Amino acid sequence: MSTGTVRFLIGAAIFLALAYGLTRLVSNEYVFFALYVVLQFIVLATAWNILGGYAGYVNFGSGAFFAVGAYTGVALYKALATPILLQVVAGAFVSGLLGLAVGALSLRLRGIFFSIATVAVAIVLETVVVNTPYLGGAKGLPILRPEPPALFHSYLEWTFFLMAMLAVLAVFCARYVETSWIGRGLRAIRDNEGAAECSGVPTLKLKLFAATLSGALMGAAGAPFALYLSFIEPTSVFNLNYAVSALAMPIIGGMSHWIGPVIGAVLLGTVQQLVTVTISSELNVLVVGVLLVLFVVGAPDGILGLVRKLRRPKAASAAGAAA
Amino acid sequence: MDIELLYEAILAGILLGCFYAAVSLGLSIAFGLLDVPHIAHPAFLVLGAFATYVLVGHGLDPILGGVLLMPLFFVLGLGVYQFYYVTFERRGTDQGLRGLAFFFGIAFIVEVLLILRFGVDQRMVEAPYIGQSLELGDTRVPWRMIVAFGVALVLMLGLTIFLSRTFIGRAIKAVAQDEGALRLMGADPVRIKRLAFGLAVAITALTGALLIVVGPVDPGLGRIYIGRTFCVVVLGGLGSVPGTIVAGLILGVVESIVLSTAGAAWAPAVAFGILLLVLAVRPAGLFGR
Repeated sequence: MSTGTVRFLIGAAIFLALAYGLTRLVSNEYVFFALYVVLQFIVLATAWNILGGYAGYVNFGSGAFFAVGAYTGVALYKALATPILLQVVAGAFVSGLLGLAVGALSLRLRGIFFSIATVAVAIVLETVVVNTPYLGGAKGLPILRPEPPALFHSYLEWTFFLMAMLAVLAVFCARYVETSWIGRGLRAIRDNEGAAECSGVPTLKLKLFAATLSGALMGAAGAPFALYLSFIEPTSVFNLNYAVSALAMPIIGGMSHWIGPVIGAVLLGTVQQLVTVTISSELNVLVVGVLLVLFVVGAPDGILGLVRKLRRPKAASAAGAAA
Repeated sequence: MDIELLYEAILAGILLGCFYAAVSLGLSIAFGLLDVPHIAHPAFLVLGAFATYVLVGHGLDPILGGVLLMPLFFVLGLGVYQFYYVTFERRGTDQGLRGLAFFFGIAFIVEVLLILRFGVDQRMVEAPYIGQSLELGDTRVPWRMIVAFGVALVLMLGLTIFLSRTFIGRAIKAVAQDEGALRLMGADPVRIKRLAFGLAVAITALTGALLIVVGPVDPGLGRIYIGRTFCVVVLGGLGSVPGTIVAGLILGVVESIVLSTAGAAWAPAVAFGILLLVLAVRPAGLFGR
């Protein structure tokens, strides 16, 4: 293991310890309710970035992957009362399969056509769920939470900690992809797919891998959703807000490095929570849209790009002084 | 299924299909001819519908309102294209991903602003032809569909003549075929594209008026129309007006048949289903360039 990886793992362990400590110290349930959402966005943004940021395939259907994870969890829970960890694994698996199918579409579709196809997948799946009475249809389905595990006071604290673990896992996967040959291949696909193919990059395999991993992580993020809210309905899980946020957060944070989506998710997720509480939930959605457009136009490389720009003049002048 | 019912479904589908072709015209120009990833088209359509709603509140006829909105939307289109050109096309840096995200963000902002202003409820307009039906033997055809059908036909005929007979129209077709050659002829392709995009958005204003004539409109309706408009434009083969009409008719008839057999809850999936099928099997569409 490189020193970077060791440092990353130590940081992740400290983060999880802090998250667990929080469940011991804080008794206000709302804190976990809000932090869960921010963590969930870290997973979604990181997962989106694996396909969108590294490989350049824009997914507008993140809500579909999230929802497939959530409804897989609900179906399992309703049928067999499975433990939540198993639901996460199953949600990730089914959503990963969907990712594989969407990745196969990229065989023929690039650019806007791929993006429109992901919107299509989302709407078709939403229609299927609305027409499936077992999953609650359009009315939705109330879910009774089980008893929390012995280490936690309430079930909400447990789902919060679970989401913290998923966030660490997602960032770990993204970091691994980014620093390995897979990331180099994906970046080659983004910059020029034809040239990459000619240079011997296994483009199809890499695209399928990225789409599957991205889908699986989004599904894992969705799986605990029903137990977190103790209710599930199609319009809330297929919400366009997930699709926009999952795309806006990496773009705002910066897509070139794994920390970008995390920065974007923490920043935007927190702002959203604050605006929802203090002003209105419609306005928080507006904030995401406006920030997305502002960043795409004004700072195409996101916050990371801005930071680099601030540093570069110094580095350049230092180099000039040395010469 | 009953033959009588099938006949009615097909008749309704033809009227609906012409309407679908009309609402897709703006996208057909912007995306099909100009290659601008105009995902915000359905949002502009809904914006046009709500602007018409406001005008009807002041006592105007919805179709007349839509026509009056056209110059305003034309200017909006010029502005949007100019902005898109300066920030993305001219820089040329990774415009694929960011251009998409830009229009997606615009669509989202329009939707939320409409929700903030009008709420999430459905809105409809009053006109003499809304609510009345024409009786043809046993079948009843609502007048609002006939009006939408008529306006759609006039619009499509006008656009076809404009694109093939006038100087500007031919220039728009030329810019779609070969931008470099147009530049060599001494014309400014950016100016032509700006005009064409303005025209696309202006048409969207009038078809937005049709949208609220045909049925009630809510701010979230744009999402369903992403599927319908892109389905029509892709199936029709990107930027061909006859292709757009044929594709609109196919979508209208299929949707109408599904509506009367499987039920209304499945209707939103029809356009997206056809779209996925076309993208997977023949991305060039029926009348591909």
